[in-house]
Amino acid sequence: MHIPDGYLSPQTAGGMWALVVPAWYWAGYKVKSTFSSRQAPLVAIGAAFTFVIMMFNIPLPGGTTGHAVGGTIMAIVIGPWATVIAITVALVIQAVFFGDGGILALGANCFNIAFILPVTGYFTYKLLAKGAAPGSSRLWLVAGIGAWAGLNIAAFFTAVEFGLQGELFKAADGSALYSPYGLSTTIPAMMGPHLLVVGMIEAVMTSLVYVFLTRTNATMLNNYAGVKAAAAGSFKLKPLVVGIVLLLVCAPLGLLATGTAWGEWRTEDIHKEIGYVPEGMDHFAGRWEGFLPEYAFPKNGEVTAGETTGASEAEAPVSMPGVWKSTPAYLISGVLGLLLVSGMALMAMRLLTGKSRNKEQLG
Amino acid sequence: MADDLSTPAWMTEKGTGGCQCLSLGRARRDSAIQKTIIGMSQAIRGSVFSEQIAGRPGLLQETDPRVKTVGLLGLLVVASFLRNWYIILGLYGLTLAMAAASRISLRFFIKRVWFFIPLFAGIIALPSLFSIFRPGDPLWTIWDFGGEVTLGPWSLGTGLAITHQGLKGAVVLILRVATSVSLAVLLALTTRWADLLKALRVFLVPRIFVLILSMTYRYIFLILGLATDMFTARTSRLVGNSSPGEDRHFIASSMATLLSKSHALSEDVYSAMISRGYTGEPLTLHQFRTNRGDWLWLASILLFGAAALGSDLLIG
Repeated sequence: MHIPDGYLSPQTAGGMWALVVPAWYWAGYKVKSTFSSRQAPLVAIGAAFTFVIMMFNIPLPGGTTGHAVGGTIMAIVIGPWATVIAITVALVIQAVFFGDGGILALGANCFNIAFILPVTGYFTYKLLAKGAAPGSSRLWLVAGIGAWAGLNIAAFFTAVEFGLQGELFKAADGSALYSPYGLSTTIPAMMGPHLLVVGMIEAVMTSLVYVFLTRTNATMLNNYAGVKAAAAGSFKLKPLVVGIVLLLVCAPLGLLATGTAWGEWRTEDIHKEIGYVPEGMDHFAGRWEGFLPEYAFPKNGEVTAGETTGASEAEAPVSMPGVWKSTPAYLISGVLGLLLVSGMALMAMRLLTGKSRNKEQLG
Repeated sequence: MADDLSTPAWMTEKGTGGCQCLSLGRARRDSAIQKTIIGMSQAIRGSVFSEQIAGRPGLLQETDPRVKTVGLLGLLVVASFLRNWYIILGLYGLTLAMAAASRISLRFFIKRVWFFIPLFAGIIALPSLFSIFRPGDPLWTIWDFGGEVTLGPWSLGTGLAITHQGLKGAVVLILRVATSVSLAVLLALTTRWADLLKALRVFLVPRIFVLILSMTYRYIFLILGLATDMFTARTSRLVGNSSPGEDRHFIASSMATLLSKSHALSEDVYSAMISRGYTGEPLTLHQFRTNRGDWLWLASILLFGAAALGSDLLIG
């Protein structure tokens, strides 16, 4: 699942960095508030452990071998957020020193393997383990299912990132500039082996490790719950941040949308649809363009209708220069918008409650 | 009596299990556990070797780590934007020149770069050469179907051909991957780990993250040693074969034991850090000093990058 450099366009690689940085920030915040100064040795040695077990060859039926990531079992033992940072560190060392995975592609690799994999794996486990008695055999089974789910969701994200290259980035003559296959090839090619083999290795190894720990060192499996309960405080920003991260993850989907949103027609669209432009609309249209009109950077101070919109890019055969200009602009517009809206929401909250977060923490 | 002294049959049986450290020639097939032991020792050997190269005199070794990291990563970004394969080839040539100027054996460098990752890119790109996977202008028609052939909902086109677009896409992908890997390998081979970590501060990487990275790197070797000991201890007690199922159980219990050991170790390390006065705020020493040569190197790298990007935009 480690993507090497050269397969992803700089636009995708950059976009993935923009997605993973808030995830790191959130994970860092959670780890610091849960483990305080203990975080450095815990995460560092967790990362070293992850690095080493990724080198373990596991025999598969048929005589070949594969390897596990161990993200879900790590998340059960040291918590999902410490695992995000630990796997990130392991991936950085793999990329820089062992050439496993690219350096520009680190954003994408960390998003898939260090963030999506342990977090979705852990929360699947938590969801399915609800109500199970400690030590019950359901637990090791759901740990395996969580690991299988986490790995496959991560593989799906990887497949989409690969597939977008084949769909979006082509030279003028139609030849591929990066990974050459589209989504219809990458999704089955990635998901087949991951659903059937790689995910199964992860599931079997996670369950076996879980059973072994239940028998020999059961306190470790409850370690995180204990630390978390001890560090629990009131943190009301959580739903907001979770929502924002979800929105961030979904935002690039807008690049794939074709056509115009219903009811958001420009006067040209209206003219195309019904043959004329109502007088009142014509009068008010174009009074305010915004500083990033149509989520794209203005070209030489003017915007040519239909040239810079994501919608018309998707309708026309996509050529590299168009995507080059529109994709980063779209992503930057998204991030700017998000920052503005979150900033306004925070200010409104402060004004309404009349106290800042610092005061809340001190009190 | 004589029968009792003869070697039991199970000891003379040839098997893939057991220690083959002393066996001559290649073992029929290494077991998963032996593969792991070999892989782990190669990782340790590889990083010791890298540190040796980083200690030799040479162009990149003598460049300030911060300047070098900025320059090489800048070229990596340039490589990702280029579209013309001649220009990517030029950039690849620059990496070879830099390797030679840093006294890295070119044979070693090329082998290290090309083995596996660009080779793998070639295998991945192989199907995309053919018209049935990516339609395009035929360059070499292998089989003319004589009309459009459909297979259920899929159209196979009018013939099987290697397309102009497919070939160009594959060449661009392989060259780009090889150039990117070369730049990353150059950075890793010519920079000591501790210096590279300090250089990360230029990119505003938080100090705590740098501390964690440096601790991780140190403990990787300790945990690799622990794991190798566990695997060797088991192999040394093994006579004959163990089944893949037994191996899987052994590897899982080793993982669990290692997890318990690592967790206990992190507690020990934490106590030791606290006893030395660690407060949660890491401190680092900065002892880098740039000279005129560093800036000259960076300026020429940036100039090369800008020229490559500019000509790529012009030629397309």
